[in-house]
Amino acid sequence: MNAAAQKTDKGLMPISKKGLLRTLAGQWQLMLMSVPVLLYVLLFNYFPMRGWIAAFQDFNPRIGFSGSKFIGLKNFIDLFGFGELPPDEFLIVFRNTLAMSLINLVFGTVSSILLAILLNELRIKWFKRTVQTVTYLPHFLSMVIVVSMAQNIFSTEGAVNDFIMSLGLVKEPVFWLGEGKLFWWLVGVINVWKEVGWSAIIYISAMTSIDPCLYEAASIDGAGRFARILHVTLPGIKSTFVILLIMNIGHLLEAGFDIQYLMGNPLVRDYSRTIDIYVLNYSVGAAKQNYGLAIAAGMFKSVVAIILLFTANFIARRLNENTLV
Amino acid sequence: MIDKAIATTHRKSRLNREWAFPTVNVVLLVLLMFLTLYPVINTVAYSFNDGTDALRGHIGLWPRKFSLVSYKNLLSKPELYQSAKITVLKTILTTILNLLITGMLSFTLSCREYVLRKFITTVMVLTMYVNAGLIPNYLLVTKTLGLHNTFWAYIIPSMFSCFNMIIIRTYIMGLPDALVESARIDGAGDFRVYWQIIFPLCTPVLATVALFVAVGSWNSWFDTYLYNSAEPDLHTLQYFLKMQLATTQAQANKAKATVEALQAADVSTTPVTIRCATTVITTVPILIVYPFLQRYFVTGIALGSVKG
Repeated sequence: MNAAAQKTDKGLMPISKKGLLRTLAGQWQLMLMSVPVLLYVLLFNYFPMRGWIAAFQDFNPRIGFSGSKFIGLKNFIDLFGFGELPPDEFLIVFRNTLAMSLINLVFGTVSSILLAILLNELRIKWFKRTVQTVTYLPHFLSMVIVVSMAQNIFSTEGAVNDFIMSLGLVKEPVFWLGEGKLFWWLVGVINVWKEVGWSAIIYISAMTSIDPCLYEAASIDGAGRFARILHVTLPGIKSTFVILLIMNIGHLLEAGFDIQYLMGNPLVRDYSRTIDIYVLNYSVGAAKQNYGLAIAAGMFKSVVAIILLFTANFIARRLNENTLV
Repeated sequence: MIDKAIATTHRKSRLNREWAFPTVNVVLLVLLMFLTLYPVINTVAYSFNDGTDALRGHIGLWPRKFSLVSYKNLLSKPELYQSAKITVLKTILTTILNLLITGMLSFTLSCREYVLRKFITTVMVLTMYVNAGLIPNYLLVTKTLGLHNTFWAYIIPSMFSCFNMIIIRTYIMGLPDALVESARIDGAGDFRVYWQIIFPLCTPVLATVALFVAVGSWNSWFDTYLYNSAEPDLHTLQYFLKMQLATTQAQANKAKATVEALQAADVSTTPVTIRCATTVITTVPILIVYPFLQRYFVTGIALGSVKG
């Protein structure tokens, strides 16, 4: 990767047209190991993008892309409610996606940094390992399993209601799974439960690479434990934090799909549906199919994701931080 | 006298401060572990409880009326065995293919002299950010390739992931160059360099990737939903469980009338306990491989996310 290595490469093999072909021929084994995968990726990741054409069509999957009629921007006009469809439908799913994703981002980041700090301050090795083992576990459970467990815990006769009623916080059990306004927060809490240990790993590894001299110097200067966390630990994980933030901002419209789909029910429908569910509701196995509209929604999501990624990356570069791209 | 008093209180408060934080810390972390494990144990408790009794709820960490009926009922269902078989087959095959493909590709993309290296790497990395979306991918698998309602819908679309490629490539690039160079001087071709030198050295990182892929494959349900929901023989364990979620939700809507009817009929299994038993059966394999997972995944995630 570095400049010196590239220079020697070029020195050994001058890349002229004839030389290039000869080098390629000499690398047939490398090509045999990589070109099939390249073709696979082109087929499975790039070829489907031609489906974006359908966003501008009255698409009928039985006829295909070539036969379907072009209708210009009608799908996008419908999507944002200026057409025949109820105006607020896409806006609702857009709001839900953004809200749940922001809640996940804030809750997730804060909780995993807090856990990483607590673990970093721990001096008892075996206890640290035990905590890590236990908190990683939910990351490996599927969302189906997690939702199944959540249905027990949050049911009206479940453990959460038992607990808050024994404290006298509420008189009547809360209908957690059927209350629209609670749905976003419930998703936030479940996601933190599932991922906090796992997301803390990256911060812990950033913390272990902080020079211990910094802590000693801070102690000599009279910094207490909290001052050391504030002035040594947190600055030490700043670049990790920025990189993860850029990545997460690029995924701001990925609020997750499984949990909302599996936990959603008619009662919370206006708060649970995300863009992905909207796409699904207008296509595969739906009563009122409108593939063009669904693909337009999906395309909108992909385009926004790319814009967000490059914007965040640009801002980070201007602030002189590490960048991703 | 006063000086001395001040000195002792000072020492005391310092002592307090030195002990206070670690104690609070340990208490908080114990609480976190409790909160992490509670839902898991709670579900196990429900699964071992008598069905009608479980409808009353309020079960904590231990079954109130112990019963094995839910498991007996579940283990007599042929769907369970069929879906377990499909899940195991799918997991093993996906993992092997992923390792084979990703390992070789990562090696070629770590060879500095490979002419196509830059081009292929760019094409691969872009896929992490640009996605055609759900429907275009669905149309590719069903309309173009016609893989729906076949076992291959599980395997072929998920044979490769760029993230795993980056993890393995980073690892290979960390190996000493001299190994490969000396083998090349001795006349070894790229295949031999990979299979006889690089591959054996990569076992730790390949194990990490294998575990990631295997867990992902074991846990997925959406591929079944999209491609194979019309083919009961191809359902997976997760989908088997997912369908029970749906039924309990429908039942939750019917609310109390059903509960009372079931209690009156005194059936010993109910959808709730059956669902919990299925949850436990689906979780157990993950718990069994978990200790092995743990050994490898920290290296994996550190490699992948810092340098990716």
